[in-house]
Amino acid sequence: MSVSHKSVGFQARKSTAGVAGGKPDAEHPVGEPLARVDGPLKVRGKARFAAEFALENLTYAALSYSTIAKGRIASINADEAKAAPGVLLVLTHENVSRLSPPPLFPEGAAGSTLPVMQDASIHWNGEPVALVIAESQEQADRAARLIRVTYEPEIAAIEFETVRAKAKAPKNILGEPTCIAIGDAEAALAQAPVRIDNIYRTPRHNHCAIELHALTAAWEGDALTVHDSTQMVHLTQKTLAKVFGVAEQKVRVLAPFVGGAFGNKSIWNHQILAIAAARMVGRPVRLVLSREGVFRETGGRTLTEQRVALGANADGTLAALIHTGIAGMTAHNDCPEQFTFPARHLYAAQTFLLSQKVAELNIVANTFMRAPGEAVGTFALECAMDELAEALNLDPIELRRLLEPDKDPVSGLPFSQRSLIEAYRRGAERFGWQNRSPVPGARSEGEWLIGQGVATATYPYHRFPGGVAKIRLSADGQATVQMGVHEMGMGTATVQAQYAAELLALPVECVTFEYGDSSLPSGVVAGGSCQSASIIAAVNAACEALFDELLKLVGHKSPLTGLIRTDVEAYRGGIRHRRDTDRFQSYVAILNQAGKDVLECEAPASEPSEAKRYSMHSYGAQFCEVRVNTVTGETRVSRWLASFDTGRILNARTAASQFRGGIIMGIGLALTEETFFDERTGRIMNPSLAEYHVPVHLDVPQIEVMWNGSPDPQSPYGVRGIGEIGITGAGAAIANAIYNATGRRIRELPITLDRLL
Amino acid sequence: MMPFNYARARDPADAVRLAAGRTEARFLGGGTNLVDLMRESVEVPKTLIDVTELSQEITARDDGSLLIGAGVKNTTIAADRRVRERFPLLARAILSGASGQIRNMATVGGNIMQRTRCYYFYDESARCNKRTPGAGCDAIDGFNRIHAILGASPACVATHPSDMCVALAALDASVHTVSATGHRTLKLADLHRLPGDTPHIETELAPGELITAVGIPPCSFATRSVYRKVRDRASYAFALVSVAAALDLTDNGTVRDVRIALGGVAHKPWRAEKAEAALRGGQATEASFQLAADAELKEARGLRHNAFKIELARRTLVACLAELSRRDEK
Amino acid sequence: MHFNVNGRDHEVEPDSRTSLLDLLREHLRLTGTKKGCDQGACGACTVLVDGVRINSCLALAVQYQDRAITTVEGLEADSGLHALQQAFIAHDGFQCGYCTPGQVCSAIGMAKELERGIPSALTEDLCAMSMAWTRDEIRERMSGNLCRCGAYNGIVTAIETTFAGESAR
Repeated sequence: MSVSHKSVGFQARKSTAGVAGGKPDAEHPVGEPLARVDGPLKVRGKARFAAEFALENLTYAALSYSTIAKGRIASINADEAKAAPGVLLVLTHENVSRLSPPPLFPEGAAGSTLPVMQDASIHWNGEPVALVIAESQEQADRAARLIRVTYEPEIAAIEFETVRAKAKAPKNILGEPTCIAIGDAEAALAQAPVRIDNIYRTPRHNHCAIELHALTAAWEGDALTVHDSTQMVHLTQKTLAKVFGVAEQKVRVLAPFVGGAFGNKSIWNHQILAIAAARMVGRPVRLVLSREGVFRETGGRTLTEQRVALGANADGTLAALIHTGIAGMTAHNDCPEQFTFPARHLYAAQTFLLSQKVAELNIVANTFMRAPGEAVGTFALECAMDELAEALNLDPIELRRLLEPDKDPVSGLPFSQRSLIEAYRRGAERFGWQNRSPVPGARSEGEWLIGQGVATATYPYHRFPGGVAKIRLSADGQATVQMGVHEMGMGTATVQAQYAAELLALPVECVTFEYGDSSLPSGVVAGGSCQSASIIAAVNAACEALFDELLKLVGHKSPLTGLIRTDVEAYRGGIRHRRDTDRFQSYVAILNQAGKDVLECEAPASEPSEAKRYSMHSYGAQFCEVRVNTVTGETRVSRWLASFDTGRILNARTAASQFRGGIIMGIGLALTEETFFDERTGRIMNPSLAEYHVPVHLDVPQIEVMWNGSPDPQSPYGVRGIGEIGITGAGAAIANAIYNATGRRIRELPITLDRLL
Repeated sequence: MMPFNYARARDPADAVRLAAGRTEARFLGGGTNLVDLMRESVEVPKTLIDVTELSQEITARDDGSLLIGAGVKNTTIAADRRVRERFPLLARAILSGASGQIRNMATVGGNIMQRTRCYYFYDESARCNKRTPGAGCDAIDGFNRIHAILGASPACVATHPSDMCVALAALDASVHTVSATGHRTLKLADLHRLPGDTPHIETELAPGELITAVGIPPCSFATRSVYRKVRDRASYAFALVSVAAALDLTDNGTVRDVRIALGGVAHKPWRAEKAEAALRGGQATEASFQLAADAELKEARGLRHNAFKIELARRTLVACLAELSRRDEK
Repeated sequence: MHFNVNGRDHEVEPDSRTSLLDLLREHLRLTGTKKGCDQGACGACTVLVDGVRINSCLALAVQYQDRAITTVEGLEADSGLHALQQAFIAHDGFQCGYCTPGQVCSAIGMAKELERGIPSALTEDLCAMSMAWTRDEIRERMSGNLCRCGAYNGIVTAIETTFAGESAR
């Protein structure tokens, strides 16, 4: 096989071109707006994604999908497909090998625990019923269309109205209590002098990463190598090992580049089927899902129906905060769309009722999509806050100030660090909030009404356990940091090279960060905005081990002789005594003296116990201006400013892009995005980037982002993760701005023009 | 995609010859719609006759008319100075459609022949009378936000997705064709059919009949024209409603002549003859625009998700006429 | 069949169904051009044919024999990265990098269209002899290239700094 499976690693190269803020700081690379280390590869089209590995003897796969939502396959006629030119295999439930059900996240990487094609049963409209392997993609695609399936349909649960009545409270919501009741919130609401009580609805969404899900997989004996578009290489390795009954170390999963993921790139049926087929045909297989396939076979964000009721006292404080509702889900996954989570931490109130249910549907398993829960939960909560501010005749920022809690309002834990009100203050000043008229419809320009809105952004701090990092220091003064984590555009490789350079006091050019490979030390999933903190915790541990080893190596004649780790610090490519700073020796000198070319140290991250002791969250204030056309109802976002309080920022340039990316997905959530789910058939009707409308260039204004950068005293290096917070609050900011422009409260997303006519 | 034979036609007569007797042959222009539909197995031609290289000229006559070859790319039309000066609504309509890349590929003939974006037409598991005559229509009780409000039938509520054709309909354009039986010319407004009981028959063209050119007759007041497209995002989306209009006013504000066509509302580009008739000879006022819009939309019928289009079309049409009448003020 | 890609000649016999995109990716192993939808709806597959930008996923390869095809791999000069590629890095005009080759090729084609005086849907004066390099014009003209990571601001700035200055000279 003519393939090198080398892990990808990057050396940071300083580029001053276009960098805001002047010269990079050689001593302290963290925070500098370093250009992405993988930028040159990406702009040249040389970054290789999962479908782009050339293997000898490669075969191509295509899927055929069910057209009913529930029932059984009565017959599959694959004769024509098998006889079609180039076809090597038609895999169906009749000839597939026995495969163990894939373990669900977080034990595994699967979006659903359903067995994959193990019998004739059908669980959703769009479930793969056959996979074709052929010599070319064209042949595979054609043959997949030639498979004739007949079904014995059963009555499916696909209509939300019908299943809503049977909605039930799950045992827990991602490990948190399903229901939180503090005091009698309904009674307090009934007695409150000012009340807001409304239902908010959000539709299904799809992630629509531009890279289609793809894998290139090859067996050699019982060893499996998979280039997969995944945001969890180690969980994918573990899952595939379990499904195929092989040892974990026999499975290698590589994902050096992933073309966007947003929560969607985990294990779905297609990888398992393609890998099973590769074993049967004895040749490597490439499968690239069609865009339709992505919609049919991988999950999106589920729909929600939420009630937010706020009972306010005359002074504006909250007597009752109620946030309840239902999300659609399946019986085989655990993704309840935790939309009540923001209300558990954001505002002080005398009573709370925060509880959510799930309604079981026969649908493709819904999954985590950028800020699951928070993205849609903040839409409801923050629209309600705007409504309450108006009812109280208060500025919405003033209302937040009144409701600012001094400790976590539900758990009672202290906040590790929280500057939400300060974020509002700074943002308001920069945005010019004081110039906004609180009266709807006060500003117009020609056909366009202009309005401004604001909302709170929030996302929890997560650090996932299990991460291990390795640092390799070589006698030429270079360091390599290794961990099986992911770069899907967040800037991981860049910021982690910066961090390690800071930690080791090396020039950033001398540090390489290797990731995206299950043969590296165990990583964490790229999810929950957890990577930065999780990686740093592991790298810190590895660095401590490295320093221990270096100090053992120094021998008797070193300036560092006799010192232990707590005595020393990294300084300019070496180690020095913290107080007696003349006692210094470079890494190169230590290694040379010890006659070593390389020193490697690996260590696991500390247990992430900080979030048990503190309420740890990121915050932000989203300010936007919209224009609503009085003739057509079209809404355009014309200005945006977001002010964040998200812990320490590792790289100003990549951080700004992460924030903007989240906000832009929030613009889509607010105005254009909806997966059309036909409740007669359970079929998704717009499985296309032409008909599922993600924001295009012209939908997106210049987005200004700012942050306080205050380190969180409880998190590794003060970082909290920033990948998801940008989408939170964005929907509400737009809806509130539309209200300010038009006087119309729209409580159902997306706010398409017909809702404003 | 089903395997097919590919042949490049040397000239229109060659194209017709190649198509003769082959009911499962299709002419291939830029492929921007046909290739997509072939990939979806909605179109399964056995022969593709590439006509992209044919009929590349835009010919201007002194009387102000234009003859645009069927193979001319959409971008080329919108870039043509004569089009921009004489028929700005056509340039604007084309520029409102699709993306820069697609406009660089798409031909005039292909744009005219593009098929509906109805979700159920695209989905092989759905019932669709276009794909399978007599199968039924899943759109009528399904997602029909993008569907027709005018001229629909119980068999089909699909819309024609073109922007260019809406402007051409307003401009009284004609379509020149060639077939085994010879050359003929028909009005663009008559080329596309309403669905009736046979929504699978979308145009008046016979099998194997090739569009060679589009003729646009002189229209002195087309310089005062507008194309306004309303859609679900700011760019790169099909029209929910679009309006192509040109207005000719006398000095005292009387409507001497007017052209109006609507897009996104029917199975064909919808020439708004009733609105035009209501306006001609009358004063150009907000009230007369309202009456004209009402006249055109009196027969409009909404479905579950698209009823808003009636009001949207009314408002957009009135706003376009108002804008044109203001633009005409000296 | 003969194809000319980035100045190099290739003799390939693809299936008549093979798209120009799949020809590049699977036959010529030029994987810089990306498949994002295969529906003509995302622009990730944008290449230049005789200098004109098109969606290669909707292009049947057989139609593009003997044409001068330029992909992202063909943009670099001996002196290194194309100025626009450098600007994409400088202004962070990407995150995951998957739509990037399409954005870059599209912008190069778009710049030529604008410089040739071709108007856009946003152009106020259709009859103007030259077109303005405004951010809104760039945004409209680039709307056929989706970026789900949301690097739009950086992309527009990269294009503006690369081309707007050039045309002003």
